[in-house]
Amino acid sequence: MTAVVPRVVLVDDHGIFRSGVRAELGCAVDVVGEADDVAPAIALIEQAQPDVVLLDVHLPGGGGAAVVSALRERLPEVRFLALSASDAPEDVIGVIRAGARGYVTKTIGTAELLDAIRRVASGDAVFSHRLAGFVLDAFAAMPDAAGGGPAVVKPSFDPELDQLTSREREVLRLIAQGYTYKEIARELYISVKTVETHVSSVLRKLQLSSRHQLTRWATERRLALCCPKLLHTVASCCRE
Amino acid sequence: MDEPTWPPRPPGGWRHDRHEHWRHNHAERLAGLTHWWRGTCNGGPLRRDSGDRLIGGVAAGLARWRGLNPTTARIVFVVVALWSQGWLFPFYCIGWLLIPGGAAASIPDRGNGGLPGTADATDAAGGEAAGSGSIWSRARQDSRGIALALALASLLAVFMVLAGALNDELIQTDGWPQVITIACLVLIWRNAPGSEQAALRRLVAPFGGLGSDTDRRATLIRLGLACTLLVIGTGWLLTTHESLAVLQPLGGFVLILGAAVILLGPWWLRVARDLVLERQARARAEERADMAARIHDSVLQTLALIQRRADDPAQVTQLARVQERELRSWLFEGRAPGSMTEVSSLAEGIRRIQQDAEARHGVPVEVVTVGDCPLDDDLEALLAAAREAVVNAAKWSGAGVISLFAEVTDQDVEVVVRDRGRGFDPRAVPGDRKGMAESIHGRMDRHGGTVTVQTAVGEGTKVSLKMPYCAMSSSRSGA
Repeated sequence: MTAVVPRVVLVDDHGIFRSGVRAELGCAVDVVGEADDVAPAIALIEQAQPDVVLLDVHLPGGGGAAVVSALRERLPEVRFLALSASDAPEDVIGVIRAGARGYVTKTIGTAELLDAIRRVASGDAVFSHRLAGFVLDAFAAMPDAAGGGPAVVKPSFDPELDQLTSREREVLRLIAQGYTYKEIARELYISVKTVETHVSSVLRKLQLSSRHQLTRWATERRLALCCPKLLHTVASCCRE
Repeated sequence: MDEPTWPPRPPGGWRHDRHEHWRHNHAERLAGLTHWWRGTCNGGPLRRDSGDRLIGGVAAGLARWRGLNPTTARIVFVVVALWSQGWLFPFYCIGWLLIPGGAAASIPDRGNGGLPGTADATDAAGGEAAGSGSIWSRARQDSRGIALALALASLLAVFMVLAGALNDELIQTDGWPQVITIACLVLIWRNAPGSEQAALRRLVAPFGGLGSDTDRRATLIRLGLACTLLVIGTGWLLTTHESLAVLQPLGGFVLILGAAVILLGPWWLRVARDLVLERQARARAEERADMAARIHDSVLQTLALIQRRADDPAQVTQLARVQERELRSWLFEGRAPGSMTEVSSLAEGIRRIQQDAEARHGVPVEVVTVGDCPLDDDLEALLAAAREAVVNAAKWSGAGVISLFAEVTDQDVEVVVRDRGRGFDPRAVPGDRKGMAESIHGRMDRHGGTVTVQTAVGEGTKVSLKMPYCAMSSSRSGA
C-alpha cells in the first residue's frame, strides 16, 4: 500500500504530452520523474522507485512492453499503467501481458486518470472501454473449452485461465459500453469491490493464460498485412 | 445469451434467479451431456423453443418443458409419425399454431454464457415485443389466410374423395390428416412472426429454386420428366388394377372433378389473386415506411441541424451542400442516404457511423467492436437503426461523449448505444417524432430484431439493438 499521494513517473516520447499530463494532474500526485525512451525510463524507475509508472505503449526503443518486462521481476511494487492515444490491439494486449496493471486512452478526463492512478497504486486493475473490447475479442476468438474446438489446442496448466466466466464477460461488456465501476455495480447488483475483483481476475487470466490462442490471436492481428480486410481493421484502428 | 423473458420478473427478484440459473447451467454441463434422455427443464410454462429448432421447435419446447433431452424427443416424434400413419403431422402443426413461441430458455451452448446481464434484465422490461403469443392469436384476425387455408383444405379433400372412389387405401388413411396439416401450415406461413418467417424461408429455400427464372430450362426438363413418369406410373397402376372394373367409375371421377372445379374453381382463383394483391400492397407499405425512415434520417435531421445552427452561415451552407449531394446521389444514382454501399463489414459500418456523427454533430463517439462479420440486409438495417440511435443521442442527450458498442456472438449481433445525458420519458415523446418509432423500432421489427430502450430523465439513455445472426458464415478473426 502507498502514501496518500502516489508517486508517479511519466514515460512518453512527446514532451508536450508529458508537461500536459503533469500540469493536469497538479498536486494530486507527486510526479518524481519523466523519461522519453526505454533505456532512460528503466534507469529512472530503478532509481526513483515510484508507485505508478504512466507508460506510453509506443516508445522508440522497443515500446512500453520492453520497460515493463525489464522491471517487473526486480521491482514488483512498481505498478504500470499503459496510456496511449490509440493502438493496435496486439500492442495493448502485449503491454498488459508483459505486466501492466491497466490501460487507458489519452482522451481520458483528468478526474478519471487520477482515479485510474489511485486504483493501480492500490493494486487494482484498470480497463478502459477499448481494452475491455480487445480482451473480449481475444477470449472470444478462442474456442470454448466445452465446445471442444480444434484438436491442436494445448491447454494451460490451469484450464480456468483459458476462458472468462460469464460474469467477467458481463463486466467487460459493460466497461466496453462506457460504464464506470460504480454504474456496473448498480447494474449487476453487486458491490464495487466485486467489480474490481472481476476485473483483476480478468487481468490475471490475460497475463497468465498460456493458451496459445491468445498469442495466436495477436499474431493473426499482426499478420493482417496478408489479409486486406483485417488490414483495413488495423489501419482504421490506427487512424482513429 | 438469451434468457427467458417470460414470466417477467420483478426487479428485486433478479439476483436470486440469476443464481439459480447459474447453478442450473452447471448442473446441465455436468450431467446433461451424459444422460441421453434427460435435458434441462425450464420449469416455466410450455413454449416452443425458437433458439433450438428443426422445424417449429415444438419437440424441443415440449422436451424443455418436461425436462427431457430434445434430441430424444425428436426421435420419438419421428417414430410416432411413422407409426401413426401420418396422424402426428396435424397435431404437430396444431401445436405449432397454438403454443406461444420464442420465449423458451435456450440455454447457451457456449459453456459459460448463461448469466443474464443487464441487457436481459431490460429485455424483461421492454423487449417483450416480438416472439411472444401464439401464431393462432394472430391468425384469428387473418381472414384471408383462413379463407386460403379452407380453399386448400377443400382442394385436398376433393382429391381424397377421388382417391377414396379409386379404393386407394393408402392415400385414404394417410391423406385425411394432412387436410388439417395443410390448413395449419398455411396459417403458420402467413402469420409467423418475423424471426420465424426468416427461419421458414430458409427451410423452404431449396424448393424456391423450382420457380426461379435462373434455371428455367432445367426446371422445365425436370417437370416434363416428372409428368411423363407420373402418366406412365398412373397408367401402369390402372392397368394392373383390374383395368376394366376401374375404368367404369373413372367416368364418375371426371364428372365429380369437373363439378368441383366449376363450383369451387372461381373461389380458389380469387383467393390466390387476393393473396398476390395483398402481398404487393404489403410490400408497397414496407417500401414507403423504409423511405420515410430514410428521409427522416437524412433530410429532416439536416433541417433540424440547420435550424439549430442558423447563426452560423458557413455551417448552414456546408450542411445544405452535404444534404444536396446525398439527395442527388439517392434520386439519380439510386444510392440511398446513409446506406452502407461501399461498406462490407459490420465493424467498418460502425466506424462509419462514428465518423459521420463526429463530423456532423461534433460529439465524440467512443467505439468498441468485438468480433466482426460481413453485412447482409438485416445487419444493414441494424446499422441504420444504430446510426439513428447515435444521432438521437448526439442531438438530444447533451452528453459529452457517446459510447457505441458492437458485439458479434454465435447467435446474434448486438449494438449498444449509450450516453450519460439527460435521458427522456418514453411516454412523453410526441407522436409525430418518427426517430424512435420508425427508424429504430420499425426497422428492427421488419428485420426480425429486437430493441430495448433503457432511459429515465436525468440518467442517460441506453439503446440495445439485437439482430439474430447465423455465425456459420462469420469471419471472426480467430475462430
